[in-house]
Amino acid sequence: MCGIAGLFLKDQKLAPDLGGLLSGMLEALSDRGPDSAGFAVYGDGDAGQIKLTLRAPAGFDFAELMASLGRTAGAPLTYQIHDTHAVLHVLLDREAAVAAALAAHGAVDVVARGRRMAVFKEVGLPADVAKRFGLSAMTGTHAVGHTRMATESAVTTNGAHPFTTGTDQCLVHNGSLSNHNDVRRELIRRGMTFRTENDSEVAAGYLSDRMSHGASLQEAMTSSLSALDGFYTFVIGTETGFGVLRDPIACKPAVMAETDRWVAFGTEYRALVDLPGIGAAKVWEPEPAKVYLWERH
Amino acid sequence: MPAVDLATSPLRELNGALHALSPDTNATHWTVTNPRGQHNIAVGLDAPVEIEVEGHVGYYCAGMNKQARVTVRGNAGQGLAENMMSGRVHVTGDASQAAGASGNGGLLVIDGNASARCGISMKGIDIVVKGSVGHLSAFMAQAGNLVVLGDAGEALGDSIYEARLYVRGSVASLGADCIEKPLRDEHKAELKRLLDEAGIDGVDVSEFKRYGSARTLYHFHIDNVGSY
Repeated sequence: MCGIAGLFLKDQKLAPDLGGLLSGMLEALSDRGPDSAGFAVYGDGDAGQIKLTLRAPAGFDFAELMASLGRTAGAPLTYQIHDTHAVLHVLLDREAAVAAALAAHGAVDVVARGRRMAVFKEVGLPADVAKRFGLSAMTGTHAVGHTRMATESAVTTNGAHPFTTGTDQCLVHNGSLSNHNDVRRELIRRGMTFRTENDSEVAAGYLSDRMSHGASLQEAMTSSLSALDGFYTFVIGTETGFGVLRDPIACKPAVMAETDRWVAFGTEYRALVDLPGIGAAKVWEPEPAKVYLWERH
Repeated sequence: MPAVDLATSPLRELNGALHALSPDTNATHWTVTNPRGQHNIAVGLDAPVEIEVEGHVGYYCAGMNKQARVTVRGNAGQGLAENMMSGRVHVTGDASQAAGASGNGGLLVIDGNASARCGISMKGIDIVVKGSVGHLSAFMAQAGNLVVLGDAGEALGDSIYEARLYVRGSVASLGADCIEKPLRDEHKAELKRLLDEAGIDGVDVSEFKRYGSARTLYHFHIDNVGSY
C-alpha cells in the first residue's frame, strides 16, 4: 500500500493554503499508510542562505543548541521548531562551521538541506504527524507527502518518506524495487551515502546522482525507467520542479488533477476531493512509463 | 425516488439499503450525490433498479452487479463493475485499471478511456469503451465481447481463450496467442447490436478489426514453452 499526495501551485495566491491542503490530502490517505507520514514543503528561499532541517529525539531542547550554534556562526540564528524537527537558516559561508558543530554535538541529525525545501517525517497516523509538525500553517510553492504502510523495512522515522539525497531534492515512493541493492552498491561506489536499507532511498539517490552529473530532472527520470526495476509510482520534488513517474506495468494506483491554479497527484481520487475547484479540474490517470514534469521558471 | 447524499450519509447505509431491496420494490430509481471517490459504491446489487451516481467514484464501483443499471457521471477508480453478472454499468468519464474484470454478464459502457487491464479475465461480460484502453486489456479473456472505439495498448488479448475483441483504432501490440481474425457478417451484426445497446450512433462497423484466440496455447506443447 502507501499513499502519495503532491501539490504544485501555479497560482501563488494559494501559497498560504499549501500546508492546509496537503494536510487534508494526507489525512484522506490514512488507511493506505497508517504507520508513518512525512512531507517536504518548498517555501521561501533567501539568496546566500540555506535551510537545514534538523531532527532530534522527542523532548530535545533546541533553544539551547541554537544559542550555541549562534555563537559558532558569529550571530544569532533564525530557526523554527516543529516538534522533533527544527528548520535552521544559515548563511552559506557559515554552513561548514555550523555543520561541524552539529556533527560534534551528536544528538541532532541533519535530515535535509535546501534553499527552499524542508522535510518532516515521523512514525504515527498521518493526521497526528501533520498536526505535530504544524503542516497546516506551512506555506510555499509545492509540496510532496507520503503515508506509509511498511512492507520492505522497519517502521522507523528514517524509513518514512520523503527521502532526500540532494539539496532541495526529495522523492516519495509507492511500490517496491527489486534491484535496489545492486543500484545502492553502484551509487556507494560513486561516492553516495545512504541513511537506510530502504529501496526508496536508492531511487532518490539514483536521481540525485544523475542530476549531480548534469542530467536534468526530466533526463534523470527517463533514465531511471531502465535503471530501476520493480513496482513504483514516484513523486519527486526539486527546488523548482514537480515530477511524477509510474513503472511500465503501472502496478500502483495513481490519479492526477489539474486546473489553471494547481497540479495535484493522489494515489487515490479521495485525496483530491477538497482541493479548490476540483469539480472543474481535468482529472486523469497518468500513463505508465511516461515522465510528467512541471517546472517553475 | 430515494436520494442519498454520501457527504452526510455513511456508504454502508446506502449499500445496506440497496442490498435489502426486494425484487418488486417500488424504490426503483436512486440518486447518489457526493461520492467523493469512495470505494465500493453500489456493490453487490441484485434488483432491477436504476442508480445514478453524480461524481467521481473510487475502487470497485458496481462490483458483482446483478440486474441493476448503474450510471456514474464522472470517472471511476480501479475494478469498475468487477465480476458483474448482469445489468448495465455506464460511466460517463474515464475508468481506471481492470474495468469489467472477470465479468460474467451484463453490459459495461465507458464513455471515456479505460486504462490498463480492461476486461482482464472477462467471462461473458460485454464491454464497450468509446475511448481507448490501456495495456494488457482482455488478458486471459474467456468469453464475452470487448469493443474499443479508440486504440488499444500493448499486449491486447494476451493468453486469450474465447472472447471477441473489436478495435476501431490502432493496436500497439497483440499479446501471446491473440491474432487478427476476419470480420464476417455475423460479427458485424453482433457489433451493431453492441453499439446500439451502448447508445452509439453513426459508427460504421466495418471500420473495426476483430481479434481473438489463435488457440495454440490451450494445451501444453513443448514448442510453446516460451509463451507460457
